[in-house]
Amino acid sequence: MQTVKIVVTGPFNSGKTEFIRAVSEIDVVSTERKISSDVERVKDSTTVAMDFGRITVDEDLVLYLFGTPGQKRFDFMWEILSEGMLGFIVMVDSTRPETFREARSILETFRAYAPTPYVVAANKQDRADAWDLEDMRVALRLDGKVKLLPCVATNRETVKGVLLELLYSILAEMEAGQA
Amino acid sequence: MALKGNLKDFTITQLLNLVNLARKTGTLVIEGSGDIARLIFRDGKLAYAQYGQEENALASILQRSNKINATQYRILKERAANMTDKELGLLLVNAGYLTQADIIESLQVYCADVVRRLFTWVDGFFHFDGEGELPEDRILVRIDLENLIVEGSRQLRELEQLQEEIPSLDMALKFTDRPGTNIRNVNLSVQEWRVVSHVNPKNTMRQIARFAKMNDLEIRRVVYSLLQAGLVEVVRPDGAPPAPQARMFPTTDRGEQKLLVNRLISRIRSL
Repeated sequence: MQTVKIVVTGPFNSGKTEFIRAVSEIDVVSTERKISSDVERVKDSTTVAMDFGRITVDEDLVLYLFGTPGQKRFDFMWEILSEGMLGFIVMVDSTRPETFREARSILETFRAYAPTPYVVAANKQDRADAWDLEDMRVALRLDGKVKLLPCVATNRETVKGVLLELLYSILAEMEAGQA
Repeated sequence: MALKGNLKDFTITQLLNLVNLARKTGTLVIEGSGDIARLIFRDGKLAYAQYGQEENALASILQRSNKINATQYRILKERAANMTDKELGLLLVNAGYLTQADIIESLQVYCADVVRRLFTWVDGFFHFDGEGELPEDRILVRIDLENLIVEGSRQLRELEQLQEEIPSLDMALKFTDRPGTNIRNVNLSVQEWRVVSHVNPKNTMRQIARFAKMNDLEIRRVVYSLLQAGLVEVVRPDGAPPAPQARMFPTTDRGEQKLLVNRLISRIRSL
């Protein structure tokens, strides 16, 4: 059996677990714990080690999706999870501009780990207070060549769209002889 | 018992605070990456500072603070080579070249500057020895630590924020492709120009800092302002060996790898 993996990262509460849950064929193996910090009490629980989803491609190929813990104090897990990834997705909560800076920092950190392709998913684009993609691109200081994709992590179709765009980028880099 | 540990666990400002509150007397030796600093305290006040092998004799400090010029410094080095700092200070005051206040002020500025340079050290071993001997030949000062502690805490906070923005100095910089932007038309500070002149995907930020003689905080501060202005972007250094990676693909054959990605694409589409 051959296995490959894609990492889903991003700040706390950006929607990584929901993203994986939307396409995983197994119940996401989650390491969620109750939130202990009042500052981060915008949801009841958070991922402390990783989320783990699976998509079986055929009888001898499986794609694993790994979600990183969003809280800064668990960032020692990031490098371990990034080893051998095909590419990574940075989830950003479009309604919380106060997390954009951290998203940018996470993106830089993962780029330093591995020169693999990546895309940025602007999550919660269905909300009225979501930032426009072009405004987010400026705020996140993303180059025009970086794919910034609209996403609603609870909607399977948009999650599929993000995964496909990442795979197209991987293919394009391979064809350009860079991957 | 000697006080020792790592700056990762106990920062410089925490150490200064301890010395200040406990009114400690003794020598604090800090070994950072490639440099060593020695601070001497008396009753919780900074009395003396030495940074690595840097020349810190009185004549040299006076020249650095522009109390004497280069020619005077050279003459003092020749004629007062066998004098202690105390003897030289007395000579300069008695001869009317400088006042006692000039000398003390220069020494205080130098010692405080050494401590400021240590604020960017976030890793390294420290050792405080209450039994250390005071240097007999040097003029000791008395600097209150409160202001330095406040300044240091502010710098550490700034460094932490900048580390979030620029996590790794092992990445390189390149100019952004913005048609119509000419760097010559942008008003940059001297420090920013020093960095800009080394911007090249071949140079890591750590190398640029070394070329421009900047510490981690200074280089991050400059790079942050250049990033904010959209003049540069962070890239992986050219020619750098790729970080050791676990295998991305279960096969090394390029054709099979492409086939595998296409199989993934088909599967995701069919979900």
